[in-house]
Amino acid sequence: MPAMDRIVLVGASAGGLTAADALRREGFNGSLTLVGEELWAPYDRPPLSKQVLAGAWEPERTVLRQEDGIRGLNLDLRLGCRATGLDPAARTVTLADGDRLRYDGLLLATGLRPRRLPFGHDLAGVHVLRTLDDALTLRTQLCAGPRVVVIGAGFLGSEIAATARGLGLDVALVDTEPTPLARQVGTWVGGLVADLHRGHGVRLHLGRGVTGVTGEDGRVTAVDLDDGTRLPADVVVVAIGSVPAVDWLAGSGLPLGDGVRCDSHCRAAPGVYAAGDVANWPDPTTGGRIRLEQRMNATEQSRAAVRNLLADPGDAVPYTPVPFGWTDQYDAKIQFHGRCPAEARVECVDGDPGARRFVALYHLGGRVVGALGWNSARALRQYRARIGTTAAVTAG
Amino acid sequence: MKVIIDEDKCVGAGQCVLSAAEVFDQRDEDGIVVLLDAAPQDAQRAPVEEAAARCPALAIEVLP
Repeated sequence: MPAMDRIVLVGASAGGLTAADALRREGFNGSLTLVGEELWAPYDRPPLSKQVLAGAWEPERTVLRQEDGIRGLNLDLRLGCRATGLDPAARTVTLADGDRLRYDGLLLATGLRPRRLPFGHDLAGVHVLRTLDDALTLRTQLCAGPRVVVIGAGFLGSEIAATARGLGLDVALVDTEPTPLARQVGTWVGGLVADLHRGHGVRLHLGRGVTGVTGEDGRVTAVDLDDGTRLPADVVVVAIGSVPAVDWLAGSGLPLGDGVRCDSHCRAAPGVYAAGDVANWPDPTTGGRIRLEQRMNATEQSRAAVRNLLADPGDAVPYTPVPFGWTDQYDAKIQFHGRCPAEARVECVDGDPGARRFVALYHLGGRVVGALGWNSARALRQYRARIGTTAAVTAG
Repeated sequence: MKVIIDEDKCVGAGQCVLSAAEVFDQRDEDGIVVLLDAAPQDAQRAPVEEAAARCPALAIEVLP
């Protein structure tokens, strides 16, 4: 193991906390600092747009680890504390409170910041959803405002629309793409997602851009679309994607560009690793680079990164996950292994799409690149092994 | 070793079954975790701890 007395983890969400846990399990007993800009103890994000927003879970239910579990990790836990700078040569991280942390090993797991519209965010009633505080604020607003416009029909936006409908609200869902989730799961499944929302009474405005957000007395009243439609709104949720939270690393000399650019071992510089939403690394399956905004990846990549951080040079292992993601909307549980790109050919191999219970394989370049299940979690699992195979079309 | 699952937190990812198929399964209808063995033998410790660590909903607790 390289000389490693002090490890700093920046980002106290799933990735950072998993790394802390993995380091202790791997036998690291040096000083371990976990820095997070939010005040909440580390919590889980997937429930925010679902159980928390619906009011089914109290915020405490999202904690990733109970207090005694955190104590057992023997952390120097710095919550409500933002990292503001990194000097990879001096191996120091600077914090907003002026403190400077020396490290032998550093993991960057700072996640994402929500993208915003160039207008409208100064109005009350216009929200983004990334943090637990965001979710609680939005919930309060939803409880008071019956007309909701969700801008962006990706995973987050479509989940928020579903939750808002579940609360009995009047919901419009807007996206510039003609199909929801097309980039994430392709147009065929995306079309089924559109049907799902229509069936639950969401008004879809697809292939439409937002040209403006109108307000009165500082509060939003409507969203204007590029076809001239004006959607009355008490609450607007902007869910138009996210950007990696790397602004604080500008000028550090670290390779940046759609996140922190790592090698195949999750390493960005000597002693510096990245994991989760913020990490960008070479993908041997496509020959390009990859960055995953998936909960599963936060766990898997953090574990891989810290193992490599602790490994002797030469023993580091490339990170080559089979990605896994899911979304729960209404009564639909959609899960997928691998990639489900829009350009892939989709083959239904199990179940019945008409009954909204099926497994589909995604074929691209003569290989199976992904498998997706719709209300078929158990059946889907066996198809994971098909990913990467060149098997010709066969019934499952 | 004792294993506790939280069905309400479970998202049906099935990562636990991939790690320890002798201890975990999934319900057919919704994919929610089914505990096959609440007190597995010590030989299962490594795969069960792997299952708990991989679970993207932290729905598995392993007690010594």
